[in-house]
Amino acid sequence: MELTGADILVRCLQDEGIKHIFGYPGGAALHIYDALYKQDVVKHVLVRHEQGATHAADGYARATGKPGTVLVTSGPGVTNTVTGIATAYMDSIPMVVFSAQVSTAVIGDDAFQEVDAIGITRPCVKHNFLVKDVRDLAVTIKKAFYIATTGRPGPVLVDVPKDVTAAITEYEYPERIDMRSYSPSSRGHPKQIARAAELLLSAKRPIIYTGGGIVMGKAHQELTALVKHLGYPCTNTLMGLGGFPGDDPLFIGMLGMHGTYEANMSMHECDVMLCIGARFDDRITGDVKKFSPFARIIHIDIDPATIGKVVSAEIPIVGQAGAVLKELLAAIKRSDRTPDSEALKTWWKQIDDWRAVKSLEYDRKNTKVIKPQYVIEKLYELTGGDAYVTSDVGQHQMWAAQYYKFTEPMRWINSGGLGTMGFGLPAAMGVKMALPDATVACVTGEASILMCIQELATCKQYDLPIKIINLNNRYLGMVRQWQEFFYDRRYSHSYMDALPDFVKMAESFGHRGVLIDNPADVEGALKEVLADKDNLYFMDFITDQKENVYPMIAAGKGHHEMALQPGSLVDDSVTERELA
Amino acid sequence: MRRILSLLMENESGALSRVAGLFSARGYNIESLTVAPTEDHSLSRLTLVTKGSDQVIEQITKQLNKLVDVVKLMDLTDGAHIERELMLVKVLARDDLREEVKRLVDIFRGRIIDVTNDTYTIELTGNGDKIDAFIDALSVTDIVEVVRSGISGIARGSRALKL
Ligand SMILES: Cc1ncc(C[n+]2csc(CCOP(=O)(O)OP(=O)(O)O)c2C)c(N)n1
Repeated sequence: MELTGADILVRCLQDEGIKHIFGYPGGAALHIYDALYKQDVVKHVLVRHEQGATHAADGYARATGKPGTVLVTSGPGVTNTVTGIATAYMDSIPMVVFSAQVSTAVIGDDAFQEVDAIGITRPCVKHNFLVKDVRDLAVTIKKAFYIATTGRPGPVLVDVPKDVTAAITEYEYPERIDMRSYSPSSRGHPKQIARAAELLLSAKRPIIYTGGGIVMGKAHQELTALVKHLGYPCTNTLMGLGGFPGDDPLFIGMLGMHGTYEANMSMHECDVMLCIGARFDDRITGDVKKFSPFARIIHIDIDPATIGKVVSAEIPIVGQAGAVLKELLAAIKRSDRTPDSEALKTWWKQIDDWRAVKSLEYDRKNTKVIKPQYVIEKLYELTGGDAYVTSDVGQHQMWAAQYYKFTEPMRWINSGGLGTMGFGLPAAMGVKMALPDATVACVTGEASILMCIQELATCKQYDLPIKIINLNNRYLGMVRQWQEFFYDRRYSHSYMDALPDFVKMAESFGHRGVLIDNPADVEGALKEVLADKDNLYFMDFITDQKENVYPMIAAGKGHHEMALQPGSLVDDSVTERELA
Repeated sequence: MRRILSLLMENESGALSRVAGLFSARGYNIESLTVAPTEDHSLSRLTLVTKGSDQVIEQITKQLNKLVDVVKLMDLTDGAHIERELMLVKVLARDDLREEVKRLVDIFRGRIIDVTNDTYTIELTGNGDKIDAFIDALSVTDIVEVVRSGISGIARGSRALKL
């Protein structure tokens, strides 16, 4: 069948099984928008800013594991997507972005709304394509989805000039695609896996440390089976939360800069470390020179470039997390050895002592001012850990990660790698669009939420009753915290002045708003709002202005040098408390 | 350590900028880079000379392999190999210097490929050291301009970079 490029693009989306595309029209994209108008298989969601489209598609992908899709016009349309593309890139999220381009005849002439989309996005995409001939369009789109969703996932951009969308050719969507230059490996090397099994079984102080690769790689069942079989402690990165059940006794909390004392101390003291789908990011390792001095490291990752990049591994295994973990467990069961139960008992005793420090303790009984941690704890209790929680970036993000126990993967949705303020609301929109029956909460701060606040209109138009939990401390809290600790309390431009009345603002968008400033009202208000499945609520919690995120590894410190909550129980010989 | 990496890439616009972009974004250094299509016109062959610790070289190799346009990669310096560079150099050659320069060219097995009353243009191939040595030797006269192609290389024996 002969079709125009625009129709082909839309047919490809249909044939790829895409249900939603987030976008915003403009001149160069008009043929494509016309093609969208003529069908109702792919539902287009009109956002209010292209950044919102990318974050929404990103949230959609993180909650479902399916690729998110975006459609924008040339020039400013595509430049507005860059933050969202980079956000997805840093967290390895599958996404395909279609950007319209000026006609091939005028590319390079500085035509109206022309921008070098390929050049601008190159450093933050897994790959990108400029389609110069309509006959290449369908196969390019197939490649884009293939690349975005396989191997280590990531965003792919397809730039389509306007004349290509008008040109006509025969449509055929390839069933599958082979690329000589791209064939991600999936199965780990059997010898390496056997070596890993023996090393794990020889451990006296083991730890299993996992990241986003378990979540997006859908390997949580294999991970859980392995951890439970061994009885070893498991810790997750910020990106990896939910990869192992957060309420399981074998879970020792998040690790890293704001991880638990027990997780970081275990990382420091361990003798064997199994790392899966994580990348030894600087927020995880602290000072690399002091990182896990006794550990023999097994590193499993789908991306060979991740292995050995920061920390060298004794046993590197390249492969898909789920497949490798399954074989690793089989190898462990085949082995003559069993875990060293005596050593393990001593190790757990040590870990329990670290746990007893209660590094996430806070002033729960405060009746005067709302403690932000308390709001998250209540949110967790009232949703039974069953909500999809998106967040923005700052203190509230860390509190959400620390106090909401994620028992399932793909429930915790945040910008870990790029740390993009403005992510939370549009991401929640994407989640709610994908999963209309789910409870979706966006934990945010009064500063972050203003960065993509325009999307409240999108939520109204498409009837997306998400719950916004605004932890309003009237500060760029995370910035203020660093200024308090490291800049002698010179609070340079971190006070949030001239805030809007959030309740009125929500109402003006056609939503509901509630202001909560009394600790006694927190639970009741949350209950009421969560019970209302029909309306979007903006819950403005007026929280303790000067609360800090603890515990914390300051820059240049190691895992064993955490700063704990002031007044906590730990003895100074173990921990330097200079921050407190 | 100095390394010569040889790459087969899809012969597509943009492929080269991905390689160059990778080096600048990650702060790796490029000493020289040459690229041209192969006998199979869908492929380009790129030769890149870089320096770094073993760990850096390992990262460079992995990151290059990760680029979707890169089909195959070989570190020539891993085994016996031949490297060659082409230089075109224009020098002043007047009066009694004409004889002297010509003798130097012969010693280095170069060729004079263009002659004017005042200048010689010389073609020389060899490895980088030989070319450096020739440039040093040319200090007897004034160099007008130097054009170096950058290193090309190939493995010795049956080892080959092909699909
Ligand atoms: C787009 C963007 N700009 C700047 C920053 C730097 N930054 C990190 S946290 C933060 C403060 C966030 O304040 P708020 O949203 O109120 O959250 P809080 O830390 O108070 O919980 C800032 C400015 C960022 N992460 N993203």
